[in-house]
Amino acid sequence: MATVNYPLESAGLRNSEHSVLNILYRWIATTDHKKLGLMYIICMLLFFVISGLMAVAIRIQLAVPNNHFVSPETFNQLFTMHGTTMVFLVGMPMVAGLGNYLAPLMIGARDMALPRLNAFGFWAFLFGGILLYSSYFVGAVPDVGWFGYAPLTTTRFSPGASTDFWVLGVLVAGFGTISSAINIVATTVSMRCPGMTLRRMPMFVWVMLVDALLILVIFPPLAACQIMLMLDRLIGANFFNPTVGGNVLLWQHIFWIFGHPEVYVLIFPIFAIMSEVVPVFSRKPIFGKPAMVGAIVVIFFIGVGVWAHHMFTVGLSALSNTFFATATMLVGIPTGIKIFNWAATMYGGKIRFATPMLFACGFLFQFLVAGLTGIMLATAPFDWQLHHTYFVVGHFHFTLIGGLVFGLFAGIYYWFPKATGKMCSETLGRLHFWIFLIGFNITFIPMHFAGFLGMPRRVYTYLPGHGLETWNLISSWGVAVQIVGILLFVVNIIWGLWKGEKAGDDPWDAWTLEWATTSPPPEYNFEKIPVVRSGRPLWDLKHPDDPDWRFE
Amino acid sequence: MSPYLFAFLDEHKITSIFNPLSTPAKTEINMGMLELAITAAIFLVVAGLLAYTMIRFRRRRDDDGHQEPPQVYGSNQIEAAWTVVPILIVFVIAGVSARSVWGVEDASPPKNALHINVIGHQFWWEVHYPGYNIVTANEIHLPISHNRDRATYLEYTSSDVIHSLWIPELGGKTDLIPNRVNHTWTDPQQAGIFWGSCSEFCGVQHANMLIQFVVQEPSDFDNWLAAQQQPQPTPTEISAGQKRFQAAGCWACHAVKGTHFNGKLGPDLTHLASRLNIGSGVLANTPENLQAWVVDPQHAKPGCLMPKSNLTGVNLTDLVGYLETLK
Repeated sequence: MATVNYPLESAGLRNSEHSVLNILYRWIATTDHKKLGLMYIICMLLFFVISGLMAVAIRIQLAVPNNHFVSPETFNQLFTMHGTTMVFLVGMPMVAGLGNYLAPLMIGARDMALPRLNAFGFWAFLFGGILLYSSYFVGAVPDVGWFGYAPLTTTRFSPGASTDFWVLGVLVAGFGTISSAINIVATTVSMRCPGMTLRRMPMFVWVMLVDALLILVIFPPLAACQIMLMLDRLIGANFFNPTVGGNVLLWQHIFWIFGHPEVYVLIFPIFAIMSEVVPVFSRKPIFGKPAMVGAIVVIFFIGVGVWAHHMFTVGLSALSNTFFATATMLVGIPTGIKIFNWAATMYGGKIRFATPMLFACGFLFQFLVAGLTGIMLATAPFDWQLHHTYFVVGHFHFTLIGGLVFGLFAGIYYWFPKATGKMCSETLGRLHFWIFLIGFNITFIPMHFAGFLGMPRRVYTYLPGHGLETWNLISSWGVAVQIVGILLFVVNIIWGLWKGEKAGDDPWDAWTLEWATTSPPPEYNFEKIPVVRSGRPLWDLKHPDDPDWRFE
Repeated sequence: MSPYLFAFLDEHKITSIFNPLSTPAKTEINMGMLELAITAAIFLVVAGLLAYTMIRFRRRRDDDGHQEPPQVYGSNQIEAAWTVVPILIVFVIAGVSARSVWGVEDASPPKNALHINVIGHQFWWEVHYPGYNIVTANEIHLPISHNRDRATYLEYTSSDVIHSLWIPELGGKTDLIPNRVNHTWTDPQQAGIFWGSCSEFCGVQHANMLIQFVVQEPSDFDNWLAAQQQPQPTPTEISAGQKRFQAAGCWACHAVKGTHFNGKLGPDLTHLASRLNIGSGVLANTPENLQAWVVDPQHAKPGCLMPKSNLTGVNLTDLVGYLETLK
């Protein structure tokens, strides 16, 4: 029988394989989960820098009372875009990027289950972001806050197109998020390599699975309320217009049904990173893996029933306030379990304080503080004082920077060698850690005190003589220190790419499957699909005398 | 954590939630102090254990890394222990929280309670004293109330977007929401002037939507009530300033009781000269500030809804002179 050679690649493309155009084409047209994952992470870092610069402008404005660095209008645009960007264009691509890059590698798959949906998700996210930022070119920048409370978003109070940019940008990016969540669920359910039962699935993948399920629960309500708002603005549907009987609290309920679990969506990938970094650098398996998985699932379920703790001041009944206060505090229990298990993983180990582990340790202390201030905010009576104040700003930046960003740096330093084949500098990494840690705490600890002293959020200025000057000035100086930390990170990444040592397949002596392939992994990930017999397949290979599967 | 933490600041001018002067504020702070104590204890224990673990189990210099530590996979007893202890802590805090919530939210007004209605506007506060025929703005006078006998009950709503009223010393915040009436109360136990603010983002001048609560001895408060109930006497001859008030169109938004000026969009000016501040707290109420404000409110409060008047010379001094008579 004669074989027919199909022309699988056009000759022209093959000849110009290394031309810029071709490389660009291969990235734009790619459906490879690793390329898409990296594109998510790169876009995330770019948006992180843009949004961080907005925060710098905010802190300059607030460094002294009655400052005129920016106008009130500009200030409102700054905090709106800062919040919206950090949540939807930094946090969400982080979820999708980490899930995309790592989940298939860790379960021994060659790609995501739905590669083209994957590409669609990325481009929807990016175009959503570009749509949001194109508001700058027409001078209609959103200024209603990332939470867009009705009726400030109605055409009466927000004429022009600014709120429309916000609605559409967030909506389009949200469709990208939903597609990537579907993909993560499909991949973890159907693409696991032989032998990888759910019990043996790495903690990271478990957490990403629950995270994706949570996205599928909460992003449809977000899309629904954005569409309702769009109908209000474009064709006068009046869902949220109080002058004709609309209900402004309806927006808050639907938005926070999305908005509160959203913070768990953002922090889960960090839990996922912690559950890989802490064991590897302590040289022990994760302590109490079933309890860790159980805790995540419990947070998932409680997390969707706590939204009205954002609404303790809107005049709900005592019964509702008590219900939501109690439910919110219950979240502290599974979260505590997670912290205790990470601590127990370290206990009795031989902890190697490489850069990823330093950031993981920073996470543990700062996330602990964030959790405890969260308990304070969870009780309605104390929240009546603290709500809408800088105490809240301090609290959630401890969660999202002290927790999320520190954990993210741990993850970036941990998997950078896998994705690039190069090592970052340990010296620069340590310096980055300590300077960023100091800058972070100088910036955000004083915000709690400003809140105690009566400083509301989202104000472009404050009265002198009420004790707020000191804390605000300290806070603003802290930003300068943080900038140095971030610059060190950028230098370290560039240095790593340019001059970093060769990483090899497995620089950290780790145990999950991504370290079994080359760094960076080939397009097909694994030459032969691996077969695993335990939750730590590489441990089994390295310790044939004492394999994990013996204890399963 | 106590007021002492901030003692190095001038204590007379500092607004702080740690200086509660009413029953609701005290309830909230007692709750807060309990939580600060519990969470501080948790922090010390957990952070201490974390630090101990990190130091005690760090890899030593002489460790060549070939020998892995004992591989421990977990322990159900330990998991149970650190699940049950937090549940007990949550149980205690939730119980105290529930009692405090009901104590504040469901406290029914005493017979002699003072009722005040507040309507939020972008970016100022309209204040009504029902039963006394008083309408004022940005300044709420209320009596000291020992034993809750003359507690002040406040009814909130909004004419435009959501606002939130917060006076840290007198109690936590409650939102002013269009199409909805909210209730809250306070029973101040010390005379004084307390700064508060709008704490829900309400637009471009959210930051300068300030308010003052003036707590007075009952007799002083009664005098204030009596004075504010008086309309402005109808003069035998219309003054030049009053004519200017009409010609410049001030009356389209502002009312002065006793005259035919009855605009509804801006603050009632009947007793403007008796108030402490103008522009909802951005400027002290002095003749110079009032003049600057009338000429160009957008200078002190850019984005507020009051337009520039562009008055100059004698027109301006006449108008401000008239406003200064509204005692």
